[in-house]
Amino acid sequence: MSAAMFRIWRGGNGNGSFREYTTEVAPGMVVLDAVHRIQAEQANDLAVRWNCKAGKCGSCSAEINGLPRLMCMTRLDTLPLEEPITIEPMKSFPLIKDLVTDVSWNYQVKKTIRPFTPRPAAADGSWRMAQEDVDRVQEFRKCIECYLCQDVCHVLREHHLHGQFVGPRLLVFTAALEMHPLDTGRRTDDLHREHGIGYCNITKCCTTVCPEGITITDNAIIPLKERVVDDHFDPLRKLFRIFK
Amino acid sequence: MLEYQTHEYDVLVIGAGGAGLRAAIEASANGARVGVVTKSLLGKAHTVMAEGGIAAALSNVDERDNWKVHFADTMRGGQYLNNWRMAELHAKEAPDRVRELEGWGALFDRTKDGRILQRNFGGHRYPRLAHVGDRTGLEMIRTLQDHGIHLGMEVHMECTVLVLLKDEGRIAGAFGYERERGRFLLFRAKAVVLATGGIGRAYKITSNSWEYTGDGHSLAYGAGASLIDMEFVQFHPTGMIWPPSVRGILVTEGVRGEGGVLKNKDGRRFMFDDIPENYRSQTADSEEEGWRYTQGDRNARRPPELLTRDHVARCIMREVREGRGSPHGGVFLDIAWIKTRVPTGAEYIKRKLPNMYHQFKQLAGVDITNEVMEVGPTTHYTMGGVRVDPDTQMSDLPGLFAAGECAGGLHGANRLGGNSLSDLLVFGKRGGEYAAKFASENGAVSINLDEIEAAARWALEPFERTGENPYEVQQDLQELMQDLAGIVRREGEMRDALEALNKLVCRAKRVGVPGNREYNGGWHTALDLRHLLTVAEIVTRTAIERKESRGAHFREDYPSKNDQEGGSNIVVQRSKSGEMEIRREPLMALPSELNQVIDEMK
Ligand SMILES: Cc1cc2nc3c(=O)[nH]c(=O)nc-3n(C[C@H](O)[C@H](O)[C@H](O)COP(=O)(O)OP(=O)(O)OC[C@H]3O[C@@H](n4cnc5c(N)ncnc54)[C@H](O)[C@@H]3O)c2cc1C
Ligand code: SF4
Ligand code: SF4
Ligand code: FES
Repeated sequence: MSAAMFRIWRGGNGNGSFREYTTEVAPGMVVLDAVHRIQAEQANDLAVRWNCKAGKCGSCSAEINGLPRLMCMTRLDTLPLEEPITIEPMKSFPLIKDLVTDVSWNYQVKKTIRPFTPRPAAADGSWRMAQEDVDRVQEFRKCIECYLCQDVCHVLREHHLHGQFVGPRLLVFTAALEMHPLDTGRRTDDLHREHGIGYCNITKCCTTVCPEGITITDNAIIPLKERVVDDHFDPLRKLFRIFK
Repeated sequence: MLEYQTHEYDVLVIGAGGAGLRAAIEASANGARVGVVTKSLLGKAHTVMAEGGIAAALSNVDERDNWKVHFADTMRGGQYLNNWRMAELHAKEAPDRVRELEGWGALFDRTKDGRILQRNFGGHRYPRLAHVGDRTGLEMIRTLQDHGIHLGMEVHMECTVLVLLKDEGRIAGAFGYERERGRFLLFRAKAVVLATGGIGRAYKITSNSWEYTGDGHSLAYGAGASLIDMEFVQFHPTGMIWPPSVRGILVTEGVRGEGGVLKNKDGRRFMFDDIPENYRSQTADSEEEGWRYTQGDRNARRPPELLTRDHVARCIMREVREGRGSPHGGVFLDIAWIKTRVPTGAEYIKRKLPNMYHQFKQLAGVDITNEVMEVGPTTHYTMGGVRVDPDTQMSDLPGLFAAGECAGGLHGANRLGGNSLSDLLVFGKRGGEYAAKFASENGAVSINLDEIEAAARWALEPFERTGENPYEVQQDLQELMQDLAGIVRREGEMRDALEALNKLVCRAKRVGVPGNREYNGGWHTALDLRHLLTVAEIVTRTAIERKESRGAHFREDYPSKNDQEGGSNIVVQRSKSGEMEIRREPLMALPSELNQVIDEMK
């Protein structure tokens, strides 16, 4: 056992500061373990979200030494423990307290995206789909809604365009619907107008931080941008898609 | 003056896992005004973590499968303590519930001819689990969530229910608080569906999250409803054990379903050494036959690694106890070996078990395509729960319904893998439907203000004390239950546990928390203690009561099954004067058609 120092953001908006905690660390520990130990022993009222401790639920998002990551999947032995480890909340969302932010905006925006609308099922009430055709969408459906991509995207983080741009997570969500083999909905007008896909300038920062390894920009956003262009600037193609 | 916000619903659903969401969808579809409360954010409930799959006799992979086989498998797995009517409904309705998910956007892995693919799992005779790699729970909860949000239900995220409210012998709603600011909330409701999941946080080594403090079990008990089969706690045979900080995290049974084998330190497939009599005719004789089974050979029988969880967990304990375990007190699980059989084995493993691959790689530094995993039992699931009517899911308390892990009956003494996700869908739907019906047939409720005043006062007490640390009390409770009421149980130790629990109850009354009501982890932990202590006592008392070994309940002092004991379920209820009353209820007689089904499948 050895000790390590953690600088953890404490407090809410406007009245917070970093506080330093020293705690024992053991082989194999992840950042979330250290935070839990500090919470149990030194800071009982610390606010932190978690559920699965295995990278499956997307609750424990934070910025560790400045990088947006899941606390439960960041091993301490990958960090320079000689120096204090900085842990702070995500920046794209209003702070509630300590490491917890108000991510409810993501849930509200999701409701504005046109829901899944399947084509009719076969007589037996089911559908046939080939694995190759679902592979692409399964990639998007791996999303654990950790919102780390939303946190890193400059359109939200620096320019605060939450009212005009839905952000990479919800573009991935839209892509999953648009490319779903059974879906008949059409979302290109919304993407173009309400959901602000044009604000994305393909910096790929979102792809870099996605803990699920979803190729957000190349596989979801760029194909969606192409659909928007096709539908808006190629009337024939648009007609074709309506009758597809 | 007590301040709180009031919300009014026809149906209040407590819990937003698979069961809660499915219930809320059904109640909304039946025209009820629905509110949903959840301790976490939407989409983060335990269901999201489920890996292996949803059991349903779709018979896409093996046409010999049908509801009868699924029914018989479930009853055999539950050692016949199951509520047969629930097992029957479950087996019959699960296929439709799975297909329905597809209509709401779920994308399962496919068979070659484009249908839903199914995989092998412990205790299921044929490949039966609809799945998406090893992230089936995510697919399921996301599908329900994304479908549900468009149906008009109101979701209260990060809100915790503290007590259920009654109005002269029927349910009237619930009272709780929201985490963000710590404000109180009153929910008036004509019907309430409990869908709060399990009790795994009562144990030290567990695959369960902070949410699993037995709230629904304890809330129902507190309101006077009865609980059934509470002595049966499932210890999943394969949890991670090294490094210490990941101890308990689940390693899906899907690893064994895809051909993974268990070995002791001598490299021996020890599961072949002890095959229970009632499974002998269904179990492979040789390693070769077992492998062929996992690869879809329809004439082969399943390898002993796919016996039921209670049995596999005990075999692992035996190897460890007799000195044949792995360095950190478990055994080895090997999937890498399939590379000797499958040319593209490493790719195959990564495709079929991507989460397991990453979990071991990132958390343990182990590459499962090349190395063996170290695994050991972990507290996983609660078979026991609120005693409900099998058709409607209503408890003894009119208007109070329960579905999913917090309801009891379907699984008997041991749950088969995959039978939980299907349980959530089948009985979540039924619970939602009948709760909406109850609400439409019953008038408005009135709330007893004294009850909520008392609950609020109690909830705020920890701020006025500087006493015990809530996290320490919780940890001591977890160690106690792990040591004295865990996988192997003895009467003397469990009596010691009861005494120690009494002391913890006193300590819990002295718990103090610093800070204020805003998102205060210590406060939340302190409030959950009451539920944890209640369920810990219930589990211990019922475990003392059952003087035999059956399914997940293993008594060293009564190591075999006993027909007398096996003829009844153990039921717990709070008496009017507040005592914990334990009674036995004889099993419901099985109708002859179903008896015949079981005989045919032997
Ligand atoms: C790692 C893992 C893997 C699993 N894999 C499988 C599998 O492959 N197949 C299978 O069939 N089963 C599996 N299981 C079991 C299965 O996932 C669970 O039994 C099931 O998801 C429970 O669902 P539920 O809807 O009953 O409860 P949950 O999904 O746990 O939801 C409970 C809900 O209740 C809420 N809640 C609890 N208390 C309160 C309160 N006081 N106030 C307000 N809200 C409250 C919680 O916030 C949550 O929203 C697995 C379990 C684990 C842990
Ligand atoms: S690629 Fe687009 S969505 Fe992703 S971070 Fe850059 S601007 Fe944001
Ligand atoms: S796309 Fe990736 S980074 Fe974004 S929310 Fe989903 S899992 Fe997280
Ligand atoms: S706790 Fe679930 S992703 Fe970290």
